[in-house]
Amino acid sequence: MLLTLLLIPTLTALAIMMRPARQAAPIALAGSLLALLWAWFVWRAFDFADSAAIQLAASWTWIEPMGLRFSLGVDSVALMLVMLTALLTPLAVLGSWTAITQRVREFYLWLVILEIAMLAVFMARDLLVFYLAFEFTLVPMFFLIAVYGSTNRARASIVFFLYTFTGSIITLIGLLYVAWAQWSHSGHWTFDIGVLTATAASMSPSQQAWILLALCCGFAVKVPLFPVHTWLPLAHTEAPTAGSVILAAVLLKLGTYGLYRFAMPMCPVAFNQYAPLIAVLCIIGIIYGALVCWVQRDVKRLIAYSSVSHLGFCVLGLAAINTAGVSGSVMYMINHGLSTGALFLCIGMVYERYHTRSMDELGGMARRMPLWTAFTVFFVLSSVGLPGLNGFVGEFLTIFGAFTSGQPLQGLPTAGPLGPWYAAFAGTGMILAAIYLLYFCGHLLFGAYHVPDAAHAAGHEHSHHRLPRDLTLRETIVLAPLAVLCIWLGLQPDIVLSRIEAPVTQVVTSINLSASQPIAAAVTAQDAEGH
Amino acid sequence: MLDRVATLWPEITLLITVLLLMITGTSGDKDFRRVGSWIAGLGLFIAFILAVRMPEPDTLLPGLAGFMRPAACAVGILLLMGLGNVDARFESDIDAGRRFDPLEATQGEFLCFFLLSLAGLMLCATASDLIWLFLALEMTSLPTYIMVATGRSKVAAREAAVKYFFLGAAAAAVFLYGFAMLYGATGSLHLIDIRAALEAQAAAGGISPLAILGLALAIIGISFKIAAVPMHFYTADVYEGAATPVTAFLAFVPKAAGFVTLMLLLSSALHLGEGGQPWPEAIRVLLWVLAALTMTIGNALAMWQNRIKRVLAYSSIAHSGYMLVGLVAAMETAGSAADSPTTNGFAAVLFYLVVYGVTNLGAFYVLACLQRRGDELETFDDLEGLWDRHGGYATIMALCALSLMGLPPLIGFFAKLFLFTSAIRAGEYTLVVIAGLNSAAAAWYYLKLAGVGWVRKPGSAAAEVERTPAPGRRFAAGLSAIAAVALVVLTARLIAAGDAAVQLRSSSAAAPHHAAAPAASESAARH
Repeated sequence: MLLTLLLIPTLTALAIMMRPARQAAPIALAGSLLALLWAWFVWRAFDFADSAAIQLAASWTWIEPMGLRFSLGVDSVALMLVMLTALLTPLAVLGSWTAITQRVREFYLWLVILEIAMLAVFMARDLLVFYLAFEFTLVPMFFLIAVYGSTNRARASIVFFLYTFTGSIITLIGLLYVAWAQWSHSGHWTFDIGVLTATAASMSPSQQAWILLALCCGFAVKVPLFPVHTWLPLAHTEAPTAGSVILAAVLLKLGTYGLYRFAMPMCPVAFNQYAPLIAVLCIIGIIYGALVCWVQRDVKRLIAYSSVSHLGFCVLGLAAINTAGVSGSVMYMINHGLSTGALFLCIGMVYERYHTRSMDELGGMARRMPLWTAFTVFFVLSSVGLPGLNGFVGEFLTIFGAFTSGQPLQGLPTAGPLGPWYAAFAGTGMILAAIYLLYFCGHLLFGAYHVPDAAHAAGHEHSHHRLPRDLTLRETIVLAPLAVLCIWLGLQPDIVLSRIEAPVTQVVTSINLSASQPIAAAVTAQDAEGH
Repeated sequence: MLDRVATLWPEITLLITVLLLMITGTSGDKDFRRVGSWIAGLGLFIAFILAVRMPEPDTLLPGLAGFMRPAACAVGILLLMGLGNVDARFESDIDAGRRFDPLEATQGEFLCFFLLSLAGLMLCATASDLIWLFLALEMTSLPTYIMVATGRSKVAAREAAVKYFFLGAAAAAVFLYGFAMLYGATGSLHLIDIRAALEAQAAAGGISPLAILGLALAIIGISFKIAAVPMHFYTADVYEGAATPVTAFLAFVPKAAGFVTLMLLLSSALHLGEGGQPWPEAIRVLLWVLAALTMTIGNALAMWQNRIKRVLAYSSIAHSGYMLVGLVAAMETAGSAADSPTTNGFAAVLFYLVVYGVTNLGAFYVLACLQRRGDELETFDDLEGLWDRHGGYATIMALCALSLMGLPPLIGFFAKLFLFTSAIRAGEYTLVVIAGLNSAAAAWYYLKLAGVGWVRKPGSAAAEVERTPAPGRRFAAGLSAIAAVALVVLTARLIAAGDAAVQLRSSSAAAPHHAAAPAASESAARH
């Protein structure tokens, strides 16, 4: 079932290679829509009554002496992100329909390959398979930015690649250390995520701290958390529209997913201990990102920094280590994917028309592009967290989680590490978000209408595509599903929340339990298991 | 004596081929000369088959020959494909003795040296005593000096050859001195007896300082062959000066010989450190420092180069550093139940050697497939827009460079993975982190190498780049790119074969000698 979901884009990629360039976009669209359809079947096949369990698992031996197996499986959290990926890829393809005029075939090829890697990351049940896919996402993204990006693309792509590559090598070392510890304990290699999680969770707090540090090197860069976020604005700004969309909507989630899936369960004691530190970094990221947004003149840069700010909330929810915070965080991953992805699409549509991202050169778009303006305002509101839209749910839950983190959970001996103060500081981020996004709307959408003169636009290589002033039907079709989902998830967040409750509660409970229990007990338990 | 010779048929085959080539290569008949590379290929192929079937020699690491000899023949065939075949256009030049360039033509004596050097590498793997080891190492190196000098009609090539020769001679003196000390400390030239003597010394309270000094000097001397610090200075000049196919040869054959020699020498002291540590402390520290310095210096220098061959030269230094990590980590040689092939440092080094040899060859041969105004490509600028003009080469280059970088899921990733696991197993965390950071630093220039052909628009320099007439080279480059992807399937068997290859000779004669079989079948499958 899950393997088919990987095979569909693989076959699509092969088909793109075989067929002439002008058929690349239709093939990519058809293939990614087919993958979306199949993802829907997967969703139907998934039994949400038992959503914490790994379902639809499948496994093949790969490298025997290493215990490496190609194993796939999803729980409901992974499934949500699989759905997000499957949904956004066809939209990204459709969104680039006219924007890409050169080296078309490779563009869609890289995009489809990227989809394979992203799906594999979320579906992997073997640590090394996860890592392979996690690293491999860099290659298609590198080429998407480096070949199809705007003026500063060479630097942006290299910075993006090296930053994340460096971080994830340290992550690899941490993961190998865990695998080795498991091996020295049991005498055989395995990279099964469940087994290794149990192994790491029974290590001493100082070992866990080192592992957490190693994991964070890769995942925090990917998220990105505050001091290591500098690659993101550059990459986002220079990437082509589809690249920005996928980068913001899915690739950043690889980091938060990694934290949720590996860092938290593997190092429960250390994560509990260092959660305040992580939370402080998040809050700095939230406020700093928001302040930087405020002074941006480049639209894409503004949205990029807003991602830094938003992802701060997302990780803050994880650091709260309670059900509200963590499920809010998962919700936030999806919401951010939808609304920021949509905003990048919107900006891409304007960029395709006027070839500028500068707010100094654009203004008063509402007069000439009413439909586009409506969508943009809508997604801005979703991004700000207007109650009734999806953004609100995630933002509220993460802040609520941070606020109530200090109170003991029901039936659990300890409380989360955060408290009201964290929530209070993070809350200022919401206010700042409202300020900078409204400032963005005000400058770009309202006021006097001005765009770069036609001569400037005509000088550009894409100008032979004469697009009408307002959105075409194709562009509306790209944005509409996202808008519908934003409303739907805003009104009915339970679609997601009730389905992810079980796995989230499981993670939260295990962290709280192991943080409170003496380590020795856990070790004995594992010894008993091993023999 | 005769039973010893009976294990050497692959090498003997190569020597016979060399004699044949001397006859055909000096023939007055053009057609006769043109057959030369086919004869060499046939010789290598027969040697490969024989190497797979040979019984194990009675050496310290009896399985090593079963792994290294087929591997050397296989890579040798790939390397041979990249040497030019005599083209009618160049025949008259060669007749007149004016011009010879392995990029464009083959000549009998060049092929002779090529095969002699490969035979030297194979002899290293079968070495049972220090004299043999020394002679085999020199047999590997001496022909390469001449190959560098005659391989290209440029002053730079001659300068490179002279540098290479003098430094090589100095290095040989250093490790020969080390060998002498080892002999003085143990009273034997035979590696098995040396190990027995060292075991006795260790049991009696510690290995004699003379033996440790001897080993240390040998390591430092051999670091010339593997292009490691502190003997790495020649690398960039020599690699750049030599013709590209010769450079590809230099980057693999002497390096493999050096690592094989190091493994044999170090095996004599394996597990004789305090408390069953892999090495005596002084040796461990020496290897550790050499590994860290080699990786770091290699990468640091490679990052600042703009000439492609210099980049590859410095990166080959860095690769030696990674492999030295494997030597430091050689915790367990025996693939006993208590251990696993993936934590065996020696096996990881062998695996890395093969992977590095194959993929590095691809990168060099892409360069050799292209020329600008009849000369080799020099800087990254020459590769600009390669995708538009020669898409296949851009793809091969990207695959090989990304594999050398260690990017999953290409084979280079697994090579690094095994080095990392073995080093983590040995508790060398700091060294693993240094290796990890170095891999990240290497990503900088490998990414440039992989990406420049795809990303940058062709400039004026790149517009003049054209293909060289050598179908075999194209084929070899393509094969190595395919290997970068397809070897992943064989990872398990390759590492198991490497593990079997580096098991210490068990002291009892009745010990099961099954190591060669998996190694051989593995190499056959890979080939």
